[in-house]
Amino acid sequence: MSVFLLKRMGLAIVVALVVSLFSFFMLRAAGDPAIAMAGEGATAADIEFIRQRFGFDRPVAEQYLSWLGGALSGDFGESSYFAKPVSLLISERLPVTLGLGLAALVFSILLAVPLGMLAAVYPNSIIDRFALTLSVLGQAMPNFWFALMLIVVLAVWYPLLPASGNAEWRNFIMPTIVLGYYATPAIMRLTRSGMLEVLGADYIRTAHAKGIPARNILFKHAMRNAILPVVSIASVQFGYMLGGSIIIESIFALHGIGQLAWESISRADLPTVQAIVLVLSLIYVGLNLAADLINAWLDPRIRIA
Amino acid sequence: MNEPHPAPVTPDFSHDLEDVAPLTPRQIFFRRARKHRGFLFGLGTILAITLLALFAPLLSPHDPYAQQLLSRLQPPVWMDRGAWDHPLGTDQLGRDYLSRLFYGAQFSLLIGFTAMVISGVIGTTLGVIAGYFGGRLDLIITFLITTRLSMPIVLIALAIAALLGSSLVIVILILGLLLWDRFAVVARSTTMQLRDADYLLSARALGMPRWRIIVTEVLPNIMDALIVVATLEMAHAILLEAALSFLGLGVQPPLPSWGLMIAEGKDFLLFEPWLIMIPGVALLILVLSINLLGDGLRDISAPEGRA
Repeated sequence: MSVFLLKRMGLAIVVALVVSLFSFFMLRAAGDPAIAMAGEGATAADIEFIRQRFGFDRPVAEQYLSWLGGALSGDFGESSYFAKPVSLLISERLPVTLGLGLAALVFSILLAVPLGMLAAVYPNSIIDRFALTLSVLGQAMPNFWFALMLIVVLAVWYPLLPASGNAEWRNFIMPTIVLGYYATPAIMRLTRSGMLEVLGADYIRTAHAKGIPARNILFKHAMRNAILPVVSIASVQFGYMLGGSIIIESIFALHGIGQLAWESISRADLPTVQAIVLVLSLIYVGLNLAADLINAWLDPRIRIA
Repeated sequence: MNEPHPAPVTPDFSHDLEDVAPLTPRQIFFRRARKHRGFLFGLGTILAITLLALFAPLLSPHDPYAQQLLSRLQPPVWMDRGAWDHPLGTDQLGRDYLSRLFYGAQFSLLIGFTAMVISGVIGTTLGVIAGYFGGRLDLIITFLITTRLSMPIVLIALAIAALLGSSLVIVILILGLLLWDRFAVVARSTTMQLRDADYLLSARALGMPRWRIIVTEVLPNIMDALIVVATLEMAHAILLEAALSFLGLGVQPPLPSWGLMIAEGKDFLLFEPWLIMIPGVALLILVLSINLLGDGLRDISAPEGRA
């Protein structure tokens, strides 16, 4: 187990490093960052000042290493817009995004797992059709459009919820629904197919033959095994939702790192964008690692192979 | 599929004859396809939208770029102030919404399709190489896939589009270069399953060069799975393009992209919500039918693996 753990952790660290390397070079290759940051109407002197201030005049490899050295100790440099350390900006905004992501994950699990199970227990029934329709729609609906439609219905036509801001918990209801619904199809499909497979297994038939009540079989025997893959997809979906929160936060004006990312992109605030890319991919890599470890702990076949 | 035989007084031999004559894979495909409602709906809708996009210049009642400032924000025909002159109304600059919708279909389909082709070529190449050769190459490519999966693509796409300045070509390239992961995953695993098949071993024993084995033996056999991925990725690319355009970093005005139309209609959300509803429903229908087509193809080519 410890060998497995070490291997996986090593891989996760290398992946995060490569992502940071890639995003660093890509953002620099996409244009002269000093010109982008200086904005329109900047003089040559302004650009030169920014170039030196943020170290763009040094070789890229050197810039990367010094940035990475800082990042490892939690120092992402200074935002070019706020004149504040990027790490401070991120730590102020991250709780909103994580809170939204968690709420959305809980929402989608509460919606997807019971529906997926019911759909598997009663295949081709009305509830199965309903679950299928819900998941097909969820995959096809642009999430920014769904967000706007929710605003039209729940904030304009029936003024039940506030349309934007993050003053109170009611501000989080619509973003949670939009983001959570986005993750629902994958979780529901996996719950349904996992449950169908388990319900056809020999030990379930044995349990029926022993006369165990159907409800106990469903919850004690079948669900435990069917839920295994759901654990790992849920963590992957959580990572996607953090990425998707850029669009949702900017629509609902939630002050999370998604909105920060969006604003920083429009302001060409390169240090902030770069730090957010790294933080999001680190979270994602960490979640994948956690999912791998949970799976390995639950299923010995994985950690031995 | 065996039909249950009733107990006829005089045996009906036509059924048996059908069972005896082996069906070609193509015949099996069409038989199953004819009965698959999702597949038929998806295929029909996509064909219809493609025709609308191709013949947009002929079908559009107006020039999609012509502004009529005197008839701004005219609602669609089914609403109170609507008129047949502009069946879906006009936008904030008085441009005919139906014409913009037709021309917008061109952008969605063009971007979705070309981005899918680019990512398909990249992903399939990587995946087949990893699956066929295995070993160190496989390790490297698997690592590339893992890395790509850990990148927040919306954020990266937005950042590049903002820095490069967005245009149609840049949007297509960004999406094409970011969405190859699923192609690679599927191509790799399907190739691996094939690798030790007898016909590949015999091709190798005959001294066939490896690249020819890959092109003539491996690719045709993993095509079914790849086509399913292609539909899903095309849908994915269309949604991402709409999101980029919605945020102002995709297709630029005055071009009529559906995502951009939603963004422009957003300011009138309070009183003219149909401005965002119409292009949104169009996007929903297009992506839905592409997904249904893909799901249908998967069911039809491998009905036993239906999940």
